[in-house]
Amino acid sequence: MSKTLFDKIWDAHVVKSLPGGRDVIYIDRHLIHEVTSPQAFAGVEARGIDIFRKEKIVATADHNVPTRDQHLPIREAMSRKQVQTLVDNCAAHDIPLYGLGHPYQGIVHVIGPELGITRPGMTIVCGDSHTSTHGAFGSIAFGIGTSQVEQVMASQCLILDRPKTMRITVDGELSPGSSSKDIILYIISKLTAAGGTGYFVEYAGSAIRALSMEARMTICNMSIEMGARGGLIAPDQVTIDYIRGKKFAPQGAELEAAEQYWLSLYSDDMAVFDVEHHFHTDDIAPMITYGTNPGMGMAVTDNIPSHSDTKALDYMGFEAEESLLGKRIEHVFIGSCTNSRIEDLRAVAQMVQGKRKASHVSVMVVPGSKQVEAQAKAEGLDTIFREAGFDFREPGCSACLGMNEDKIPQGEYCVSTSNRNFEGRQGPGARTLLASPITAAAAALAGHIVDVRTVIKA
Amino acid sequence: MKPLVHISSSAVPMPIENVDTDQIIPARFLKAITRDGFGDNLFRDWRYDRGGEPKQDFVLNNPIYAGEILVAGKNFGCGSSREHAAWALGDYGFRVIISSFFADIFKGNALNNGLLPITVSDQALHTIFQAIEADPSQELKVNLPEQKLSCGEEEWSFDIDGYKKQCLLNGHDDIDFLLSIKDDIIAFEQEQVIY
Repeated sequence: MSKTLFDKIWDAHVVKSLPGGRDVIYIDRHLIHEVTSPQAFAGVEARGIDIFRKEKIVATADHNVPTRDQHLPIREAMSRKQVQTLVDNCAAHDIPLYGLGHPYQGIVHVIGPELGITRPGMTIVCGDSHTSTHGAFGSIAFGIGTSQVEQVMASQCLILDRPKTMRITVDGELSPGSSSKDIILYIISKLTAAGGTGYFVEYAGSAIRALSMEARMTICNMSIEMGARGGLIAPDQVTIDYIRGKKFAPQGAELEAAEQYWLSLYSDDMAVFDVEHHFHTDDIAPMITYGTNPGMGMAVTDNIPSHSDTKALDYMGFEAEESLLGKRIEHVFIGSCTNSRIEDLRAVAQMVQGKRKASHVSVMVVPGSKQVEAQAKAEGLDTIFREAGFDFREPGCSACLGMNEDKIPQGEYCVSTSNRNFEGRQGPGARTLLASPITAAAAALAGHIVDVRTVIKA
Repeated sequence: MKPLVHISSSAVPMPIENVDTDQIIPARFLKAITRDGFGDNLFRDWRYDRGGEPKQDFVLNNPIYAGEILVAGKNFGCGSSREHAAWALGDYGFRVIISSFFADIFKGNALNNGLLPITVSDQALHTIFQAIEADPSQELKVNLPEQKLSCGEEEWSFDIDGYKKQCLLNGHDDIDFLLSIKDDIIAFEQEQVIY
């Protein structure tokens, strides 16, 4: 029988099917961090049971860590206690922790791939909705709540409804100035912030195939922003080339066997999806959001749609039918699990080399991991950023969610490479405009919203 | 988990669409390491001003509305997977959320915490909002065994997964079940090849 990529992986992980249609699904990798794990550890301990498969868990501290002076004790008391609780829990249960100060520390969705922990065909979970990022490798990866974190700790399994399947095919070649971030912002603007709810999405088509692994991660990362449980892309040679040589990747004969298996993971020609969407890169320009959910996006040269939600526009201080080109902005944030990898930093550095940010703009560049930070320094990107007046920080989730002190002040505008423009997401009253790294970089230089294509040509 | 069988209560109306989990509980309040006390910061930035004073135009600060049921616009709970959103709603005192559409992860988190998400049609949602507007003390009745929701003369059936229904009725959670099938899980592991 013809199967989708999703079906192949799901079916290979069914421990037991339950009456009524739910499946008990085995989980291959469990990533944990300081914010959504403490109550799960406490729950397991309260039940008096052991962690069932501690060797399948990997921990890091990312959501609530400072992005300056990470070698010093965390100043804020509750944050310090939360991070310390993760350290204590990992020590007590013998779980590997890439915590503050470790050369592998970083945003959980950046370090999984770069360490070779994330691999095709796996089921991967984490108490974070952007776990969908790992789907770029052809894995079933999705975010879970803390009760489910506890379930996986207790049994390495979850009881799940089988989601419906959706395929989104994007064909064509991206034009200069557009990137994978623009592809996914475009898709969400068409399907809306709820358009994928109940579905697991496979991304396919020539435009997806042509992307690097890091660019594919950006696409899968934002699957949740249209409500989808996750998104995945069939593994190919690009995937294999990325994984080879990574710290925890299989090696030698095991790698050969793995590669053969990984390349068998694709949707069969006759496989049927519950829903299919087709897009073409000819319609995809540099994007920007104007509202308070990621579905409220448009080409940067468009005008805000006339029937936009007035509550959202009031919050943003925008009016229907106006253009955002030339709008003054005060902040630029380059970072988050969506766009904080080395290719993102290179693209930004290339754009700003030898230039200087607008004087009224503050710019934060937060690398996704210690490895990304080290690589950036090795390539001299940190110098380029410093000379441009950008603040190059240490790794963490930072201003994406404003859990640490990296917040955008009330009422001010931030062009952000992150994934959510919800009210108050980057700080109470903060106004977020989501965009690609180079659109954000162009705004940093100009001090207002610009069409990055005009900067590239100039 | 506290069992949930029948709930009869007035309801709090929130006719806003796409209420995301950052509104339900902002990230800066996720630093606690226990499940308790999140209700104090439920809808923090809609509920209080910068100085911590209650905003009079927000529904939770309006004394005419109260109850164990929250009625909200479509796509409730979108965004982050933070279970703290379900904890905050439960800690505040809600036991049932009614909307025409729920985000996936939130719905699962709610069910895992004894908070019942009831999906109704857009029309039914409209009717309920109108009934509450006409009479803020209007009682809604939830009958989980029969899967019925009623508001005055109107009554609707709602769907819920049979397994999760039993969990809610009995106050059981998934771990109780998963621990009971450990032999099956170990047998699966022995057959599995992971690359």
